[in-house]
Amino acid sequence: MKIDDKLALNLFHVDKDAHIKVNEEICRKCPHQICTYVCPVENYTLDGDKVVFSWEGCLECGTCNIACDQGAITWDYPRGGFGILYRLG
Amino acid sequence: MGNNHKFDVIIVGAGPAGTTAAYVLARAGVNVLLLERGTYPGTKNVFGGILYTTVLNRLIPNFWEEAPVERHIKGVQIFLISGNNAVSIGVQSEEYNKPPYNNSFSVSRVKFDQWYAQKAEEAGALLVTSTVVDDLLWENGKIVGVKVRGGEGDINADIVIAADGVNSLLAEKAGLRSHFAPRQVALGMKEVIELPREVIEERFNINDNEGVELKYIAGDATEGIWGGGNIYTNLESISVVTWVALKPLIERRLKATELMEHFKNHPFVRNYIKGGKTIEYQAHLAPDGGYDFTPKYYTDGLLVVGDAARFLNASIHYEGTNFAMASGEAAAKTVLEARKKGDYSAKGLSYYQKLLNESFVMKDLKRYRKLNRFAEANPEFFDAYFGAITQMAVDYFTINELPKRRQELQMLKRFRSTLRDLYASGSGGTYHHNRLARVLYRTFPLVRFLWQCLKGVISFI
Repeated sequence: MKIDDKLALNLFHVDKDAHIKVNEEICRKCPHQICTYVCPVENYTLDGDKVVFSWEGCLECGTCNIACDQGAITWDYPRGGFGILYRLG
Repeated sequence: MGNNHKFDVIIVGAGPAGTTAAYVLARAGVNVLLLERGTYPGTKNVFGGILYTTVLNRLIPNFWEEAPVERHIKGVQIFLISGNNAVSIGVQSEEYNKPPYNNSFSVSRVKFDQWYAQKAEEAGALLVTSTVVDDLLWENGKIVGVKVRGGEGDINADIVIAADGVNSLLAEKAGLRSHFAPRQVALGMKEVIELPREVIEERFNINDNEGVELKYIAGDATEGIWGGGNIYTNLESISVVTWVALKPLIERRLKATELMEHFKNHPFVRNYIKGGKTIEYQAHLAPDGGYDFTPKYYTDGLLVVGDAARFLNASIHYEGTNFAMASGEAAAKTVLEARKKGDYSAKGLSYYQKLLNESFVMKDLKRYRKLNRFAEANPEFFDAYFGAITQMAVDYFTINELPKRRQELQMLKRFRSTLRDLYASGSGGTYHHNRLARVLYRTFPLVRFLWQCLKGVISFI
């Protein structure tokens, strides 16, 4: 099952601005780009050598913030009431 | 609320830890504000699958008669799997079918956390949702409240309880811990998969409100990464979990999402899921590594509870909800004690440490400290050895015309040669050992294996 199909099942209240800021200049020089592996919703993808980040499907788990050792990520929660809204949990 | 409003206690996070603290304090007449960043309690919360309820049942006796629980867990089946072979052992009891149902229930966290927070509200706590706490308020080096994002601004209190989950930004901001390293957390992914009630009951051999847990320990469930897979029965769905320690996941450069699919499609897993329809996908971090990584959990004006304090028994028991509620209750008792003296300094709050030390929370964390270290230092127990052990079990039960005595000897010979190959290749945890040691291991593989097992047993007892 593809991750996009899984995320389509979830309820999100997507904010217009990203709650996680990614410095893509740092990512371009990153030796491992590990975020593209560990993110459980594949929000970090590669376009050539460029890391592309999207926040819409974020489950606010915090994995990228801990896996990134390059200081490229400024991590925060979405505004109150925004982001993932689990119906089951 | 507003700028000059002051509460006795502000609790950040309406999960099991925060809500327990709110409930106990509100019941004792304390003016409590419970803040939750989700639209309502539970909407941001994920757990591995079982609500352990010894504390809850003491606070709200026979809670299951009114709480939205799914099934009580009457048994657990533990699997060790390699690609081709599986060994499993199960425990269940009719005793677990009677109140208090071994204090183990599957629940939907969104439904349960909402119900529980409502109990705290009924007891007198003020619950405010959709509210993110960005920082703590300080005065003369003491924490005196929280800074809320958006219009509400600053809110003051005598004591703040940080129940803001595994990522606890408040514990970090209070200087109680530094930024996490990958070895301090595990990543869990979970799918809730819908199946008809009758299918679940037939497939898992259960009736009425009975439930079971299937627990796959590392091995091929996680492609050899320390972690595991779990299946829990809900009323009309099952929860399928894959969790892995973050450090080895990074080192192995495996895609987290592919690990989940690998587990679901494994020959020893897929038949439990067959025909089901995924209805929600979740991911969350869990504290990992046990006692060694537990932060300081109180300071002037602040107590830290639950996952935020990394209270989770990362062993075969993997209890978290129980630890959350026990620490929430201990924090509430500490506040009540501190209020008598009006002393909210770290010294005044040190009663929290005493209560935790006396409870199973600290005792269990310390008890498994050596096991956690052993597991980290000997990853082959959760990977390479699985193949050898499950193969030995399969060889033992293979039907052929050999006299059993000879079959047993062959089984041992094969086990020994598998170990020898592991040690020679370095995948048996020996890659960092010197040449002489490796020659010895190759010559006496069983000796090394048994020696390691002995060390494992010693770390466990």
